[in-house]
Amino acid sequence: MSDKARDLCKARVAGRISRREFGKRITALGIGAAAADGLLQASYTRAMAASFDWMKYKGTTVKLLLNKHPYADAMIADLDAFRALTGMDVKYDIFPEDVYFDKVTAALSSRSSQYDAFMTGAYQTWQYGPAGWLVDMNEYLHDAGKTAPDYDFEDMLPNLRASDSWSGVPGAPLGGTGAKQWAIPWGFELYSISYNRNIFDQLKITPPENLPDLIEKATKITKDAGGPYGVGVRGSRSWATIHPGFLSGYTNYGARDFTVADGKLKSAVDSAESKAFHELWVKMIQEAGPKNWATYTWYQVGQDLGAGASGMIYDADILGYFMNGAGNKEAGHIGYTPIAPNPEAKGPTSNIWIWSLALSNFSNAKDAAWYFIQWATSKQHDMFGARKKDLVDPVRASVWADKVFQDRIAGSYPGYLETYKATAPDAKIYFTPQPLFFNVTTEWAAALQRMVAKEVAVSEGLDQLAATINRELRDAGIG
Amino acid sequence: MSDFALPVPAKRWRVGRLLPYLLSLPSLLVCVGIVIPFVASAIYSLQRYNLAFPTGRAFIGFGNYISFLSDPSFWNTVEVSIIYTAATVGIELLLGLAIAMLLRERTFINNVISVVLMLPLMTAPALASLMWKLMTNPGFGVLSWAVSLIGLSNFKWASDPHTAMLTVVLVDIWVYTPFIMILLLAGLRSLPPAPFEAAQLDGVPGRFVFFRVTLPMLSPFIVTACLFRLLDSIQQFDIIYAMTQGGPGDSLMVFQVGAYLEFFQYTNVGRSAALLMVLWVITYFLSDRFVRQWHKLRERRQGHA
Repeated sequence: MSDKARDLCKARVAGRISRREFGKRITALGIGAAAADGLLQASYTRAMAASFDWMKYKGTTVKLLLNKHPYADAMIADLDAFRALTGMDVKYDIFPEDVYFDKVTAALSSRSSQYDAFMTGAYQTWQYGPAGWLVDMNEYLHDAGKTAPDYDFEDMLPNLRASDSWSGVPGAPLGGTGAKQWAIPWGFELYSISYNRNIFDQLKITPPENLPDLIEKATKITKDAGGPYGVGVRGSRSWATIHPGFLSGYTNYGARDFTVADGKLKSAVDSAESKAFHELWVKMIQEAGPKNWATYTWYQVGQDLGAGASGMIYDADILGYFMNGAGNKEAGHIGYTPIAPNPEAKGPTSNIWIWSLALSNFSNAKDAAWYFIQWATSKQHDMFGARKKDLVDPVRASVWADKVFQDRIAGSYPGYLETYKATAPDAKIYFTPQPLFFNVTTEWAAALQRMVAKEVAVSEGLDQLAATINRELRDAGIG
Repeated sequence: MSDFALPVPAKRWRVGRLLPYLLSLPSLLVCVGIVIPFVASAIYSLQRYNLAFPTGRAFIGFGNYISFLSDPSFWNTVEVSIIYTAATVGIELLLGLAIAMLLRERTFINNVISVVLMLPLMTAPALASLMWKLMTNPGFGVLSWAVSLIGLSNFKWASDPHTAMLTVVLVDIWVYTPFIMILLLAGLRSLPPAPFEAAQLDGVPGRFVFFRVTLPMLSPFIVTACLFRLLDSIQQFDIIYAMTQGGPGDSLMVFQVGAYLEFFQYTNVGRSAALLMVLWVITYFLSDRFVRQWHKLRERRQGHA
């Protein structure tokens, strides 16, 4: 690298020149865009190293437990930068989502020191945190000796920071008083409609605006599209069926999972709002969902959209993004649109899923593992994932504001950014935090399956579900 | 010299005395290895022990078991497990016996067919479930296509609570019928030929020979096959979990799947252990009955001989 190019990179890293100015001047030096990007990345790494002793744990190896996901792929692709920055090594085991959380539970419940850090969702921390399996990250975030001065935790979107932070008191708000930071947000997803533009054009229909409209259009697709069914949503007997589009719509209809009074929880799934929403959701699946909906996970919902077997999905925005990429039959044909399921609602109310990184309480290298988590959730790595890989719902405001990232997404995935912007303002976790999350949501999914199969009427099924949940809460001493 | 010779017999005596203990040590260690997890499970089952509520851990005696009595989901598990076990073992026994009768003669073709029929048994049940999951997919599954030819265009297989049991029973039958078939075939081929030859000479009808000669002589083999399959079936996990995770609803929530979910998803160690202890009691009762029956049949057979 010439001295001039080095000085230019330093000036850009220090914020003394704009991105446009940097681009103009580096091009004048005869350096191409890709090479300039590499030089700039190296300068960021050096800048990080200059302001903080990243080499403190040089020679240490950190062992990770990862879920097979494009976000994990983005991180793995950038591991050499971490190795260069810290002199540390990283090893990892990676498992598909079907079995991933069983592996995490097995490792943590046996108090194994095999893994230092691992991927988790916020809901899991409601179990793992109170069980004493996780380190409270506040210990590190508030220690200037352990956290780099430019880490800027506040740059992460506020709802995401709060979602990984909880006091452990059932029903207490996320991010409230006495909350512990059980994990650090890393990448997330929110829930909107991704649809097959060809099918919509063929049937001359517009993207749905609310749930009744969605049911009508999905039913038309099932009847008239000549093969594809109307709408893909998850349906397996699992908590994962409840948290995406389902809970987003449920919340939009004004329904809540619990009421909290005097520190005790009471199920609210039998409320009038809940019953009104469930009637519509069940009808939607019965009339326009996949035939074997009860076995559908994230994978089947996405595959059907990518293969042209479904007209649309009400699921993660990033799932619609991945299915629009190369290797899918419908690549380039997927459109995105926000949805407020309740016709009377002001706007969307999306629940969110946050892939986060947590630190095992049984790790023998906690400080070194924190260095890894700090790097993996840093601006630099978040930017790398967003610009060059598929970390397309980054957790940092500064990355969302990045013009390169915006241009890349707007150019190849039209509608994605607009949908995100319309959905993001009220996007947060709408579940009431409590340690029986998995009992409640799995029972909920099972009840939904019975309603869709017409084994039980919606109203009766929800009354039974509320009774079951309330009994479990009482047995656990929180209801 | 005698001073030097004295210690030798003492050492020999020590080794000789310890030898039986040393030789039995490995089996003792295996017993301990088996007993420790069992005792731990029994103790956990008497506790309120959820990993997500570490402060709530307490000894509650038979509290977990008592709560089962008033819990409809527990009785659903008992019912589903019994139906699954009875359906799979009953159908597999009939099919296995029928196939074994057909292959009874030692011909080249029969031997080839019996080897081919063994192939499903060599497939891991979880993999067999995945194969069946694909074959029953309503979009492209070959079985969905086959049933559509007879007018069942909206057959949902494992996705419908009304047909989910049928689907997993079919997978179980596909995997395990060869096990019963090969056991009964070995039994049939080991039976003495004299009674059958005598019946043939006397012109005794085939149905009479089957019910009065073949079945009674084959009964120890039938009991053995039933015992193995019953124990396996009542403890079913892999096929059901791989296909439906116990759903739709609670339609396939057998003991092992329930216990697995209680621990791995709900981190409820106490309830999971209690479910497994109930399963152990059922398994022990069934094994005991069958082994007694098997001894009776063997004694009767030896008495006749």
